[in-house]
Amino acid sequence: MTGTRRRLSPGWLALIVTVLAYAALQTLMSTKVINPYWQQVAGLAGIMAVSALGLNLVYGYTGQFSLGHAAFYGIGAYASALVTRSLGPSIWTLLLGIAAGAVIAGLVAFLIGLPILRLRSDYLAIATLGFGIIMKVLFDNSDAVIPMMGGSAGMTGIARLTNFAWVFVFALGATVVLRNLVFSSVGRALVSVREDELAAEAVGINTTKYKTLGFTLGCMYAGVAGALYAHLYAYLNPFNFDFLKSIDVLLVVVLGGLGSISGTLVAAVAWTFLLEGLRVALPASIQDWRMVIYPLVMVVFMIFRPGGLFSGTEFGFLKPRSARRRT
Amino acid sequence: MSLLDIRGLTMKFGGLVAVKDFTVSIDAHELVGLIGPNGAGKTTVFNLVTGMHAPVAGTIEFQGRRIQGMRPWRVYALGIARTFQNIRLFGMLSVLDNVRVADHHRGEAGLVHSILRSPKFRHEEKRTTDRALELLSILGLDQRRDELARNLPYGEQRRLEIARALVSDPKLLLLDEPAAGMNPSEVGQLMELILSIKERFNLTVFLIEHQMKVVMGVCERVVVMEFGEIICTGKPEQVQCDPKVVEAYLGVQAEESQQ
Repeated sequence: MTGTRRRLSPGWLALIVTVLAYAALQTLMSTKVINPYWQQVAGLAGIMAVSALGLNLVYGYTGQFSLGHAAFYGIGAYASALVTRSLGPSIWTLLLGIAAGAVIAGLVAFLIGLPILRLRSDYLAIATLGFGIIMKVLFDNSDAVIPMMGGSAGMTGIARLTNFAWVFVFALGATVVLRNLVFSSVGRALVSVREDELAAEAVGINTTKYKTLGFTLGCMYAGVAGALYAHLYAYLNPFNFDFLKSIDVLLVVVLGGLGSISGTLVAAVAWTFLLEGLRVALPASIQDWRMVIYPLVMVVFMIFRPGGLFSGTEFGFLKPRSARRRT
Repeated sequence: MSLLDIRGLTMKFGGLVAVKDFTVSIDAHELVGLIGPNGAGKTTVFNLVTGMHAPVAGTIEFQGRRIQGMRPWRVYALGIARTFQNIRLFGMLSVLDNVRVADHHRGEAGLVHSILRSPKFRHEEKRTTDRALELLSILGLDQRRDELARNLPYGEQRRLEIARALVSDPKLLLLDEPAAGMNPSEVGQLMELILSIKERFNLTVFLIEHQMKVVMGVCERVVVMEFGEIICTGKPEQVQCDPKVVEAYLGVQAEESQQ
């Protein structure tokens, strides 16, 4: 921040453009040009973005391969739904619910992370997968302890408290927080763990601490996303938090590019709209082909762009001034 | 009092005794070489000193403080930095970030300051960047600051590893075969570099090397290992003449080089 420059930085410019884009979208929504169905899809895209940013922090930046992301998403969803159902629906209980979703997901991640983050790559993947399955079973049988949670029949009676606006604000906040985190000394420490754990220890990085930090924060993102989802969809079914949902988020992160915020955002939106868009775009007779088209997109992508859409790079406006290349 | 005091250090991997009863004391500002045939246990000694392994027996004292079995990042924070035999940079980080990350442990602005971009964060970021750039320019890498570390040529990667090791102002620098894979003129430059950074940063250097030119050229004292044990210690010229050393190590080398 040396005195002479008072011009708008690309980051602030991008923020203004984002707010304007949001205003445009919101106008289109309130005038019903974008119908409620697509509003919901837009909301889901934002929720996917928040959740995938979290997994990118865990896997893309810190290098810890997790297959249990949906479990933390589920923890956030159920925790927040319990809060708003117990305390009555209002903006304040919603905020409290989102906070509870984030904190509880983070706490569980911290406790589970301490023992399993000692494992490397594929072993860690299996351990997180196991954790995800356990959580799914717990959700399925939750009614035995807390009848309100509904068990395998699903949890109902959740007030629809969020909408596209809420999701948008949280997605924007999640992006800014992650961007500030990644382009900092803490962010460099996280990436050093991914790059070479032994070398990171040898240059003073407490790798246990940073692995746990990355994992916990990433899972808190999942918790927030889950809380937003619970109050957008107003119905929770354990089926939505199983292992396949973890894979969905993983796909978005990998397709967007590991270690790229821009990639995750673009992929989250593109993926969600592709899933729904094909449903509308394809004639009824070939609807079943959707299930061939998605995997095909993945295969083609991995052959031609193994680094994902952005392969570790960012939109210029997401980088702080110091990280932009000098010209 | 010596800076580094190693006594009776022993390390076993399963049934293999990698290091046995290793005792060496290094004074501040000394430049000591550690040589020996492949598999003699030299790198294991470095791994023990830097906390990568915990010894089976023996003690390591650094500035009078016992450090054996301490985690590597704690040892580093006390002032012992190292380079690796097979270069271990953070490939996908920029040259500048490779150096900055090694200064992370001194930072006090944690997560919250980073996310809020507080003045404290900005101040620290500037301090660590300036410091890293200073080292990059000393090692002639300042033009490469934005390059990914993995895209650097071999010689520059070696220098970057040294820059990374120096950013935290270590007191003791452990260099594990710094001249490996270098041609004779690069080796000459490296020797000058080692001597100049030693003076400039007031360092104590402990180095493993196979190239006799380096060992004989810069070391004030040499420790020779074979099969995990010290077989001889002394000035380079003394060691060179010791029959045990000639038999174990130098003799073989001399014959090869004459062919």
